[in-house]
Amino acid sequence: MNDDTSTRARVKIDEVFRSESRQVLATLIRLLGVFDTAEEALQEAFAVALEQWPREGIPANPRAWLVSTGRFKAIDGMRRRARYDASLNELATHIESTTSDPLEQTDEPIEDDRLRLIFTCCHPALSQDAQLPMTLREVCNLTTEEIARAFLSKPTTIAQRIVRAKAKIRDARIPYEVPPPSELPERIEAVLRVVYLVFNEGYSASFGTSLTRADLSGEAIRQGRVLLQLLPEPEVMGLLALMLLHESRRQSRTSANGDLVLLEQQDRSLWNHDLVKEGITLVERALASKRIGPYTLQAAIAAVHAEAPSAGETDWAQIVALYDLLLQTEPSPIIELNRAVAIAMRDGPAKGLELVDALLERGELAQYHLAHATRADFCRRLGRKADARASYERALALAKQEPERRFLEKRLEELLD
Amino acid sequence: MKYLCLVYLEEKVLNAFPSHERRAISDEAMSYCEKLKKAGQLLAASPLHPVETATTVRVREGKTSTTDGPFAETKEQLGGFLMIDVPDLNDAIRIAAQFPAARFGSVEVRPMKELGCAD
Repeated sequence: MNDDTSTRARVKIDEVFRSESRQVLATLIRLLGVFDTAEEALQEAFAVALEQWPREGIPANPRAWLVSTGRFKAIDGMRRRARYDASLNELATHIESTTSDPLEQTDEPIEDDRLRLIFTCCHPALSQDAQLPMTLREVCNLTTEEIARAFLSKPTTIAQRIVRAKAKIRDARIPYEVPPPSELPERIEAVLRVVYLVFNEGYSASFGTSLTRADLSGEAIRQGRVLLQLLPEPEVMGLLALMLLHESRRQSRTSANGDLVLLEQQDRSLWNHDLVKEGITLVERALASKRIGPYTLQAAIAAVHAEAPSAGETDWAQIVALYDLLLQTEPSPIIELNRAVAIAMRDGPAKGLELVDALLERGELAQYHLAHATRADFCRRLGRKADARASYERALALAKQEPERRFLEKRLEELLD
Repeated sequence: MKYLCLVYLEEKVLNAFPSHERRAISDEAMSYCEKLKKAGQLLAASPLHPVETATTVRVREGKTSTTDGPFAETKEQLGGFLMIDVPDLNDAIRIAAQFPAARFGSVEVRPMKELGCAD
């Protein structure tokens, strides 16, 4: 064995850890029944891999090997501790007899365990506060520090929520399962919500390196695809379409130095046209169902943008009409703000400013930086420089994401010229 | 796994139903419990007399004090319970959701500790 082989094995282990650890964890939770035990088993399995693979080579099926090793290690650990707690012996025997070694199995239910994991993390008996952090931690493998940064909260607070949720899963015995078809429609809503939030965490530059973020969005899209197979309902199509259409613009929405590029200034040739096509097809299928929900409407708006050959040729009238429908199904001041932007594009910035001022006066968006940035933009286009400056400054005081701050600072500088 | 399903309702709301509807709800609850018992899922169940009949007992420094009424005044009162034995929380939620009072009151589902209260 030379150094080269062992370096290669180490690189391979890192790669396997990135791509397989969540899947291995998901399966270990099913086999062992307890989150914490499964997490320990996962760590132990990778520790054994670090030691064995450089010496003996990488197994043919690394995932099955890791699950098998983790399961064995967990059973072994229970047996050793059984000296102090006799019930552990019973548990070890139970796990051994009721589950099989994945290395001896031929057909692996690959996606089933991942779905089990996400449905469990999004179980309605867990608080909504805990569902997203649990999913980001267990399904997406973010650290509590990363999650805390995304939520602008303390790592200990996030850790506490996750610990509490895990304790409830264990003590109230929340089952590790995908709900039966009859319950799917009511259970899927929470899952769609969390998948979309995961996607947004990956899409809006709130934390981490750009690589991590793309990983998160990719994971959310993957989950969207699996959910669509499970439940081919219009809103599942709508969510997947929405994510694909946003993802198609990833390359063009930041410049080479990481600055934000607005939709109207994006180089449309950089858009991923395969994703656009897939997204549009899904939107059309969802719209044809006549059971149209908020994800589908948002996807339809994204599709109108995607279909315009240039920003100037965007069908703003249709976008306004879609926002009107969206407001009927889901009244929200943020949707009103977006509608105001579309109206400004259709009828001019004066009309938009009127709407935004009325919105800001209602107070709900007073602390929302994009409301002030929008107002600033309308004022700028109307030549009201002083008003524009004041609103950009207000937006800057409220904005927390670096690229957004740089964008606002640049606009402010331009106004000073 | 054993769960205690605590049925909370506003006694006012229940009393506002016309008597034939109250009887229908009661019959439905009885036959539902009968069904659960036959399936081996129900250990015990009972409706409770209204809160006016409640007595709260405390012992402090060796002295027993009894007071009239429930421990805490709340909008909804404990109106009855079901003690069930099912594999997991999803089954417990399903059973709770089909109990008639869930339609106008609420059912709190609490897992029971199997190994005493210190655990």
